[in-house]
Amino acid sequence: MNYMPGTASLIEDIDKKHLVLLRDGRTLIGFLRSIDQFANLVLHQTVERIHVGKKYGDIPRGIFVVRGENVVLLGEIDLEKESDTPLQQVSIEEILEEQRVEQQTKLEAEDRKRYIHYSRDGCRGSRKPGGAP
Amino acid sequence: ITTLFYSFFKSVVELKNDLSICGMLHSVDQYLNIKLTNISVTDPEKYPHMLSVKNCLIQGSVVPYMQLPADEIHKQLLQDVARKEPLPQKQ
Repeated sequence: MNYMPGTASLIEDIDKKHLVLLRDGRTLIGFLRSIDQFANLVLHQTVERIHVGKKYGDIPRGIFVVRGENVVLLGEIDLEKESDTPLQQVSIEEILEEQRVEQQTKLEAEDRKRYIHYSRDGCRGSRKPGGAP
Repeated sequence: ITTLFYSFFKSVVELKNDLSICGMLHSVDQYLNIKLTNISVTDPEKYPHMLSVKNCLIQGSVVPYMQLPADEIHKQLLQDVARKEPLPQKQ
């Protein structure tokens, strides 16, 4: 019996470990305890997992109530496959440092690109679309 | 029409954040939320966190499109049913 007709049912997924991808790019892992028709979720023993390259770090977050509109993807974690992962777990400080370095290199690359565009096109390159000529 | 797509295709779902997931279409709801089973990430796995996930639910609002295998779709059947379904509602 489908309790919420018209929705992809998450009822069978309750109390199982899930991975939630959020729109802002964050990854949460926790036990799914509660759902509703908007795919709002309650996650228990949640951990925020940060991935940089082949390393990852987990930050314990406790109980999360996630608003459904921010959810990109909800995946059931296969506990056997979880122990199989080629990724290396590191401490929280280390992964946060790696993440900071990654953001830094991304920003620098974007700055460099912007500089090249500007120096190539002159003022035209930096004009906003739809603005006055 | 929703019952039509329950022929289980292996389809590729591309998300707005550039993630592409391949899997068997399990179910779809009125919001076009998609449930896939036996998933694998199609592009080089720049998204390693998906390695331990076999089944997933994808929010309808983040899917710009889905690729279905062209050879597996019975085009004639699809066209016929799509044409017939709205008729009873008109009367």
